[in-house]
Amino acid sequence: MKYAYYPGCSLHSTGIEYNMSTLAVAKKLNVELEEIPDWNCCGASAGHTTNHLLGLALPARNLAIAEKQGLDVMAPCASCYNRMKTAEVAVKSSPEIRAKVAEITEMDYAGNSGVKSALEVFLKEVGLEKIKASLVRNLGGMKVAAYYGCLLVRPNGIGMDDPEDPMTMDDMITALGGEAVQWPFKTECCGASLPTARSKVGLKMVNDILQMADISGVDAIVTACPLCFVNLDMRQNDLNKKAGGNFNIPIFYFTELLAIALGEKPGKVGVKKHFVSTAQVLDKYNLK
Amino acid sequence: MRKVGVFVCHCGSNIAGTVDVEKVAQEAAKFPNVVFATDYKYMCSEPGQQVIKDAIKEHNLDRVVVASCSPRMHEPTFRRCIQTGGLNPYLLEMANIREHCSWVHPDKAKGTVKAIDLVRKAAAKVVKNEPLQKSSINITKRALVIGGGIAGIQVALDIADAGFPVTIVEKEPTIGGRMAQIDKTFPTLDCSACILTPKMVDAAQHPNIEIISYAEVDKVEGYVGNFDITIRKKARSVDMNKCTGCGTCWEKCPTKVDSEFDMQLGKRKAIYTPFPQAVPNKPVIDREHCLKFKTGKCGICEKVCPTGAVDFTMEDELITQQYGAIVVATGFDQFDHSVYGEYGYGKYPDVITGLHFERLVNASGPTMGKIKRPSDHKVPETVVFIKCVGSRDEAKGKTYCSRTCCMYTAKHATLMAEKVKGSKSYIFYMDVRTPGKGYEEFYKRTQGEYGAQYIRGRVSKVYPKGDKLVVRGEDSLLGRPVEIEADMVVLASAMVARSDAGDLARTLGISYDKDNFFTEAHPKLRPVETHTAGVFLAGACQGPKDIPDSVAQAGAAAAKAIGLLAKSQMETEATVSQVDESRCSGCLLCKSICPYKAIDVKIIAERVGGKTVERQVASVNKSLCQGCGACTVACRAGSLNLLGFTNEQILAEVEAVCL
Repeated sequence: MKYAYYPGCSLHSTGIEYNMSTLAVAKKLNVELEEIPDWNCCGASAGHTTNHLLGLALPARNLAIAEKQGLDVMAPCASCYNRMKTAEVAVKSSPEIRAKVAEITEMDYAGNSGVKSALEVFLKEVGLEKIKASLVRNLGGMKVAAYYGCLLVRPNGIGMDDPEDPMTMDDMITALGGEAVQWPFKTECCGASLPTARSKVGLKMVNDILQMADISGVDAIVTACPLCFVNLDMRQNDLNKKAGGNFNIPIFYFTELLAIALGEKPGKVGVKKHFVSTAQVLDKYNLK
Repeated sequence: MRKVGVFVCHCGSNIAGTVDVEKVAQEAAKFPNVVFATDYKYMCSEPGQQVIKDAIKEHNLDRVVVASCSPRMHEPTFRRCIQTGGLNPYLLEMANIREHCSWVHPDKAKGTVKAIDLVRKAAAKVVKNEPLQKSSINITKRALVIGGGIAGIQVALDIADAGFPVTIVEKEPTIGGRMAQIDKTFPTLDCSACILTPKMVDAAQHPNIEIISYAEVDKVEGYVGNFDITIRKKARSVDMNKCTGCGTCWEKCPTKVDSEFDMQLGKRKAIYTPFPQAVPNKPVIDREHCLKFKTGKCGICEKVCPTGAVDFTMEDELITQQYGAIVVATGFDQFDHSVYGEYGYGKYPDVITGLHFERLVNASGPTMGKIKRPSDHKVPETVVFIKCVGSRDEAKGKTYCSRTCCMYTAKHATLMAEKVKGSKSYIFYMDVRTPGKGYEEFYKRTQGEYGAQYIRGRVSKVYPKGDKLVVRGEDSLLGRPVEIEADMVVLASAMVARSDAGDLARTLGISYDKDNFFTEAHPKLRPVETHTAGVFLAGACQGPKDIPDSVAQAGAAAAKAIGLLAKSQMETEATVSQVDESRCSGCLLCKSICPYKAIDVKIIAERVGGKTVERQVASVNKSLCQGCGACTVACRAGSLNLLGFTNEQILAEVEAVCL
């Protein structure tokens, strides 16, 4: 199994743990990843809010290169995935858009190479059965809330799972021997860039999610989006200081838990880089 | 040579205003076979018809063309006219120079040219017309009503009162239908059971009505006036003749099952009647759950029955009976809201539907009429109602409006206010539609006197928080998001066709729409007939309807059925399909395509090479054929011909206009 790998900007910067753990999981599961040569920004937010066509052309260029490689793309970042999938669907459904995009990028992307999220590649293509067979240890009943955010599951036709009650990560948690806590805020908005741009509005959104997780009695939250991760992980300190919160909920990328269960050392997949310490919970469930 | 007369009508100025009618008559006189042509101010009037009759005699005409309005308007008039003039009525052709010409073309010169063409076409066709005869069939004076809800009961009572025997076939163990589940009826708030159960009893006691409950229509053969219906009486496991309905069996039965009648909110036994006022008030055994059928042990009901009515060996019974008319009144199902993830995919116990609420508020329901929410039986104080769940939603539900939800939601909010003092109802709506007598006033009262708060907007999410349900939506009048912490959420789920409606439609040979509702013959002018002669529709099986509309439609359907049964014989159309057996290969493509089940197989014997050979050919039942012509198009050998519209006649028309 081989994919063209699109890390995007986050996995080289704020989401470096996601990159480390994704590569570790790929290695464990024999998924070969070949980084797209000369890849460019997926255009998230800035691109498509400026100009619709620009928002399609930027990801389409990356897809066109992957098409030349003859590979489907794996994009772990939820936003990269969403932008690339949007471009894929648009080009497939309209010859006009395909022609326009080809003119802009000077590359004809025909829609033969598609994009998959890391969730799809690891949990659906490789599959939970094979993962279960390769497990070195299990989560020992760790209570984990799966948090999907918005971009992975919306809009209809683009999203990779049910937009109201996605289960992909929940099923993984169960397969790894954890307890997938059912909570109502799986797809709430994390505020995206609002905690930075308009912190009053944005922090409340983060606060609501963390509070619901707390009420639901979780040990940790697992996510598959670098921006969700940053908001949930980094903002806990802010909330505790500014809003009198008392949060201490470790946040994981799904690949981190997966890599650990597959036998990787936690330190190797970046869990020590988090703002909220993961040491306690990993200790509690013997996952050092 | 044929002798054709052409009669051009002015229709006052309707035609003469934009068509030079005199010129049309002059030109018509020059057409082949036309021996006489004239024009007249009103051809359909008494003196106008006399012009035609006189000309038939004077010029010895054997074919007539009337150039006037649409045949839909006056073909019967002119057919009668030439019949009294001594001709077979089918030797008439009409050229529609009004609807198809003068009314739609403002240019008189061009209009006249077109009118001449239309007359030329009719004159060419009429030459090929042959005398046709209508046939007649006897009528079985008995009606079948499928479905024993309020619509079916009303149909049966009306037909029975007119003196004809009626059979009601009901698939549940009792008649009563949806109305029996409902607590109060809008806009008067009278008790549903109080007005329904007397009608159920009337039906049961009527000398002309036979109720076959726990039964389904298995097979329909025959045609209007003479349907052969096979009814499957499902095995009740209880002998109806011996059972007295004493109830000892269901009191002693140890197996409890979720009650369908109570929307799974209450329990029934494995041997049961759905509710205490059931008609017939005799139980059935639910073999799926009965211990005797599952394990072979138990049999308590058999032991305690004082009359020995329980019979575990009973089997389905098929009975065949002839009927003259069929009325379909199979009602509706409730939309399954589990496709709505934002409302919890049907997983939250306190997110219920309108029918659940009816059972919760009903005095004979699982909570004895005390409104308690399903999860913990607490009395809800804050209730959110969400309208248009499954209705008016192209993405997840149906495109149509279910018509009843605005009113029943207003009723529910009123009942909440009356039954739980100090409670608060919030109603999310898209539009409030109250087109019925007293409906708008009821809605205003719900808002004003009963204090229900209407919020215009959709709900985006319902989620549990502690023992509350948080309802998050938009108030689109304020342009703001709203959040309400509710104890219970009631969804106004759409009315949808019965899940097996398509199967029944195919059994009956009637058509149904994209949503599986049965289709009426004309949406305005033939609302209770189907395209299949002798089959009528009543109630929500034709489309969402409330009780007043269902009852009104039931009366209309009954009148149509009575009209049919009151005749001793029935005339059938003369313009029917005909098989040229010598050319028919017996492929029977026509049989599969015929919407009226009018084509059947026939075995004929032929002499081939000195031997008698048997082979199959198509055969048209003249009583059933409606003359649609679909078979003539499908026939690969061209052996089917529609009388009055034969291939030769149509080709003559085409040649007259195009060559």
